[in-house]
Formats: sequence, structure tokens, C-alpha cells
Amino acid sequence: MKYLDEFRDPEVAARLFEEIRRVTTRPWAIMEVCGGQTHSIIRNGIDQLLPPEIELIHGPGCPVCVTPLEIIDKALAIAARPEVTFCSFGDMLRVPGSDHDLFRVKSMGGDVRIVYSPLDAVRLAQQRPDREVVFFGIGFETTAPANAMAIVQAERLGLNNFSMLVSHVLVPPAISAIMESPRNRVQAFLAAGHVCSVMGTWQYGPLVERYGVPIVVTGFEPLDILEGIRRAVTQLEAGRAELENAYPRAVRPEGNQPAQAVLEQVFEVTDRTWRGIGMIPQSGWRLRERYRRFDAEARFDVGHINTAESPLCRSGEVLQGLLKPNQCPAFGKQCTPRTPLGATMVSSEGACAAYYQYGRFIPAGDVEVAQ
Amino acid sequence: MCLGIPGRVVAISDVDGVRMGKVDFDGIVKDVCLSYLPDIQVGDYTIVHVGFAITQLDEQSAKETLALFHELGILEEELRQDDEEATA
Ligand code: SF4
Repeated sequence: MKYLDEFRDPEVAARLFEEIRRVTTRPWAIMEVCGGQTHSIIRNGIDQLLPPEIELIHGPGCPVCVTPLEIIDKALAIAARPEVTFCSFGDMLRVPGSDHDLFRVKSMGGDVRIVYSPLDAVRLAQQRPDREVVFFGIGFETTAPANAMAIVQAERLGLNNFSMLVSHVLVPPAISAIMESPRNRVQAFLAAGHVCSVMGTWQYGPLVERYGVPIVVTGFEPLDILEGIRRAVTQLEAGRAELENAYPRAVRPEGNQPAQAVLEQVFEVTDRTWRGIGMIPQSGWRLRERYRRFDAEARFDVGHINTAESPLCRSGEVLQGLLKPNQCPAFGKQCTPRTPLGATMVSSEGACAAYYQYGRFIPAGDVEVAQ
Repeated sequence: MCLGIPGRVVAISDVDGVRMGKVDFDGIVKDVCLSYLPDIQVGDYTIVHVGFAITQLDEQSAKETLALFHELGILEEELRQDDEEATA
């Protein structure tokens, strides 16, 4: 059990909890879309300090978790090639493919490197014309502008030895997919703050209207999340469904327009399979035709790939908010961060990893809540 | 990965035609691409994600966030880790 005095500003936190308690009269299910928010919630025990009527459902906003298995397997095949220097964000190294991970490729002698920014991979390609430098370009709308700029820069520098394995995913189509699922229980969304820093809030108004669901753009710090929840509950209790921005210090309605312009220039919308969830129409970005020569999938023929998920892993249900991580029978037993069966146990934003890291071993229904 | 860390721009330069800068995250200074914030100046605060400044932030809220991240060890986690692994 967590305590209020662990909050940075316990007084403000107490006031927000009190206000949430005051307005709550019946059960509500609210989804935080972003895995960074999930970590903040579990780390600070926000879910345990809220009134019992409010359930937080952890959303699919973990880019590492939803990158399709087929793409991971392709990454492994490309990274193992002797002429390739494979660059990736550190999070991807332990993500399990069908039978191993990038870390294994590295330990077997593959040239696999962690970079901080995709521009580091471009610089490497500049310095090493004898190597094929491949960057693993995954992520949501927050990360995509960085990857798009790497492509623009590779073109500007006339690099022939740089390519990108692109698998971008988009938040608004995922919200549609959740709302249209017959098993959906989500009644309001906390939208991911930094996705909106880039894209603005204009994409979310139509979703609010179409599904009659409140959407509150929310930051990542504990107090930001409490304020997002307070606004969502207030709307739900009043029978309202509106788009609100609870993170105006970092999110403007129009978003970052120079970034949106480069995204539009480099990427086009495509159908995308989300690991554990399935195909969501028009939910990803791929390189436009004029940048195809930078497409690692086209450059390296990795042949036919047979994918195989662990039969024990239930991360698909976790990512859809149908199962809490500690309700998975393998959680903390066969599956730990050292021996992950699914990507949700690896990533710093995965829900299974958050539950493990902060010691949530017992499902909520099975604990006596201390009064 | 989408967390984003606030920092203060301490230098701006042009590298191969790209607007780059040095950003100070409470003592840790990193190279950051500033192309997406064409108006940002030295002394301004910004949120940085995978080496790119994505949005400007006022000084007060940036400092509060930095203090919190520092306390929680998030800064070290997000920034130092790459250094260690890159030089490992
Ligand atoms: S605990 Fe492990 S096996 Fe279970 S859903 Fe999470 S990642 Fe998969």
C-alpha cells in the first residue's frame, strides 16, 4: 500500500484525491493510454489510493510491446547479417522474438548498438561507408518525428548505406479499435501528453463525438495523472463527453507543426498489426514511395518468416485492458524481467514490467485493503 | 520511451544543415536536435524525447519536473543508461 506523503506535493495530491472521492458516486473504468502513465500510476500507488469505484485500465501505449512479432523476427534476421550494423533504442534488445532477442544476436557476435537518437545512427552511417547501418524505427507519434528527420538527413547527405526498419503505430486508431471492440469496458480516456505535444489535440475531438467518450489529455507526473482522472470522473458523473487538455504546459491544440510537416513528407498511413492485439486498420505509418530506398525491409530480403508466440503469454489481453498482469498465471513465475515471455515484461513502459518492478504480485480482488 | 525529459538549451549550432543544440538536464548535457522548435533560444526550456526537442516549456514547470525526476531516479535511468551501454 502506498501513502500520500510519497507524493512530491502531498497537500495538492490529498486535495485531488479528496475531490475525486467527493465527485465519485458510482463505478467508472478509465483507460490511461500511455505506458509511461501506467508506470507512474503503479509506482505511486495511485490506483490503490483512488476510491474503489474507479478502475484504471492500462492501455496499449507501449511501443515496444505492440511492435509486431514478425518485425522483431525481421530485425533479428537483419541484425545477424555480417555486413550490418544494427542500431536500436535500448528497450528493444530484450524483446523476445519467436526464439531469441537482439541481445542474443549481439552476444553471438552481431554488430548491435544502442543509440540515444536516430541521428546517431545516421552519423554512424556517415563515418562507416563500409557498413550497412540499419536503424530500428519503432514508436508512437512522439518518436516518429525523430525517425522522420533521420530519413530526411540521410537523403540530404546522400547516404547509400543507411536504412530503417519502420514500424510506427498511431494512437487515435487504437482508441477507435478499443471503443469498437464488443468486449470494451472503457468509459473515458487519459490521452498521452507527449503524443499530443507533437500531434496537437485536433485528432481527438472527432473521437469524443463519434463514441460519446470523454478524452482528457494528461501528463506523466503523479499530480498530472490525478488531475486527468479528476477531470475524467467529473465529466462522467455529469454525463458529459468532451475533449479537455489537462497538460497545457506542454500541449498546444495545433501541436508541433514543423514536426507534423516532416511526418507528412516522410510517412504515409498504413494498416498495422499490433502485437497481442491484431490488425488495426490505418493505424501505422510506413515510408512513402519516394523514400523506399531507405526501407530496410526492401533492402534486405529476409525470406519467409514463421512467427511463434509463447503459448503461456497473455500480453494481448493485458494490452487490451482485459487482464491485469498479475492475473496472468505465468506472471512472476515462468515470466520475469530476466526471463520474459512477452514484450510487456521487458519494456520500461510495459504493464507486466511495472507490476513486477513495484511488487504487485497479488491480484487486487485477493488482497485485504488496509483501511 | 515517451516520457520526455525537460532541459535547458545552453547552445545552438548548425551541424550538417540541421539545427542542433546542447541541452542541460540538471547537470547532464546532451546533443539535441532543435529542428522542430525553430524559435527556441538559448536559456529556454524544452521537453526532449529520443534526442529531439518536441515542445517548449516554461521555466517554472520544467524545474519542478526535473526535481521530481531527479528524486525518482528517472533522469539517471533515462540519460545515463545510454551512455553506459554505448561505451560498454
Ligand atoms: S506476465 Fe509475462 S507471460 Fe504473462 S502476459 Fe505478461 S509478459 Fe506475458
